[in-house]
Amino acid sequence: MSLTVENLSVAYRSRRGDITAVDNVSFRLADGEIMGLAGESGSGKSTIGNALIYMDPRMKLAGGKALLDGKELPLADNDAMRKLRMTEVSLVPQYAMSALPPTRRIGKIITDLLRSHGIKDRDEVLSELLRRLELIGLKDEILRRYAFELSGGMRQRVTIIMSSLLNPSLLIADEVTSALDVSTQRAVGEMLIEFRDRGYIKSAIAITHDLSILAQIADSITIMYAGRLAEKASTAAITEAPLHPYTQALIASLPEVGVRHEDTTLTGIPGRPPSLVNPPSGCRFRERCPFAFDKCTETPPFAEIRPGHQVACWKVSQEHGGGTRVTVPAGAIADGASTEGTGE
Amino acid sequence: MRRFLSRKLITYLIAFVIGVTVDWGIPRLIPGDPVQAYLSQFSLQPAGYDALYKTMSEAFGTNGSAWDQYMHYWQSILTWNMGVSIGNFPARVTTLVGQALPYTLALLIPAIVLSYILGNRLGAAAARRKGLDNSVLPLGYVFQAMPYPWLALIIPYLLAVVWHVFPLSGGYSNSLLPTWSWTFIGSLLTHWFLPFLTVFLVSLGGWAIGMRNLVIYELENDSSRYLRALGARERVIRRYAYRNASLPQLSGLALQLGVVVGGNIVTEIAFQYPGLGKLLYTAIGNKDYFLLQGIFIFIIIGVLIANFIIDLVFISIDPRTRLSMQGAPA
Repeated sequence: MSLTVENLSVAYRSRRGDITAVDNVSFRLADGEIMGLAGESGSGKSTIGNALIYMDPRMKLAGGKALLDGKELPLADNDAMRKLRMTEVSLVPQYAMSALPPTRRIGKIITDLLRSHGIKDRDEVLSELLRRLELIGLKDEILRRYAFELSGGMRQRVTIIMSSLLNPSLLIADEVTSALDVSTQRAVGEMLIEFRDRGYIKSAIAITHDLSILAQIADSITIMYAGRLAEKASTAAITEAPLHPYTQALIASLPEVGVRHEDTTLTGIPGRPPSLVNPPSGCRFRERCPFAFDKCTETPPFAEIRPGHQVACWKVSQEHGGGTRVTVPAGAIADGASTEGTGE
Repeated sequence: MRRFLSRKLITYLIAFVIGVTVDWGIPRLIPGDPVQAYLSQFSLQPAGYDALYKTMSEAFGTNGSAWDQYMHYWQSILTWNMGVSIGNFPARVTTLVGQALPYTLALLIPAIVLSYILGNRLGAAAARRKGLDNSVLPLGYVFQAMPYPWLALIIPYLLAVVWHVFPLSGGYSNSLLPTWSWTFIGSLLTHWFLPFLTVFLVSLGGWAIGMRNLVIYELENDSSRYLRALGARERVIRRYAYRNASLPQLSGLALQLGVVVGGNIVTEIAFQYPGLGKLLYTAIGNKDYFLLQGIFIFIIIGVLIANFIIDLVFISIDPRTRLSMQGAPA
């Protein structure tokens, strides 16, 4: 296992008390796995990513731990984490367009980072850097350029190369494709796969709200809802046979190629996610879920329904775990997409 | 780079021509005839008045057409002959300005540059140390908010009148003649210190406050966060933040240095310091048009030179200006 996250909870300090943005989250990442982490804004996906590499002063580790290659990451210890950043865990930030310091050349920034990590043989790293630039079709004169002289796609690629330069075990790619046009999105996504295949990075977490890009690049997809994990499964299982009602509704709300939306209306999910200031007890999707029943007032466990397929839903675990079957009134789900009977 | 420089030079040349033209035009927009005003101080016989008026008009060049006068003015600038002061007749304008300029420069340039350097360091340090922040910042606000003339009264009162540490006013001791002797240089320095101190203190707080806010902002922005996420040492992150934060501060420095040649009128009056500010003040009092024009020419040239130097500094530290100066979209 490359990464094991156990019962991780992360809170943001606020004047009205702590807000738990990530609540008791556990998952595993196999060697070579690219895991997509999807969910809507505020679901806590970026918070997980940031917690694994850099907790800013507003954030607080409220519980749990993370093990990378068997060693525990000192998440709350900023000084101890500093040495592991870029070398063991690395980040391609959400704000890659403005991440590169504006007043220094790219090459100088990279040299300063290597120096910060006390790397003696900088020449070797720099020649590796040139190889990687060539691999993705950037000229080495880019090192003599300033960030503002590069296009958005170039900046994105430069940050990916910089972040993965020291062959980290885990690369957290936060919304790497969101600011790009579709063809560049694809190129950047393929770059992640290529880097994984070449062993530059051992595993990756791709955080995004864009399920279609994950379908192209991720091996597995984890869906988050309101600070908790809803479902984790292989990409195929999530896109073709999702189990959690939220995942089903999410997939159903995506436009499909070949479907003329004059005929079929594209629907969203009615309602909105609960506030995390005083979250309701039990399943957090309860209010919006067409399948909700009495049991849902208790928090559902993130249970392994099938090998490699985990779901946090009472209805699903009862159906698959041999418990009482729930009868769902026909047409309860508003979107009309074929969600009933999926995964059975 | 060459293209940038030639573009800049042309801009500055145009600014100079406009500046000189305004400098020439403004005194001529003032109602009244300077020669007449000058001669009216004396009780003259009509015949003597006419003769004197004619001579003086020729001497001051006020007798030709506007165009002739304008050309004549340019000629006098290009030959560095600004004419004769009316108030300090027959001293030449260039001589008077030349005498006052060293005092002004020696007073203001160290005060501004030292307060810039120290203020920025102090501000950057305050941005990351709470204790320093809580002591430097209020002090900075106090010095900045304090009316300068008041400070220019209190400090000399304490240090000169009460404790007799430094002389109260003047550029050097009245009992000395300007020579290159150690006694005279010592006298220059002790007289220089108090006006220097007041200007220094007043601008120090401003720089420190500005830098503190800029560095705090830079330390939290995306590029600092990225460096932190990649495990850069805090020292490296601060260096980057300081460099980014220096850019707006430098523009402020450029503005201040640009007007240095105009002198600091309040300081120079308060300490009776024989710099350009005091000269300007007396020239206004004496309706000394030629001296005024001469001082303004100096200010114009000084502002342009200072701006040009800062432009060059800017190119070397902010790569973005390099592009925009060449006319490329930034």
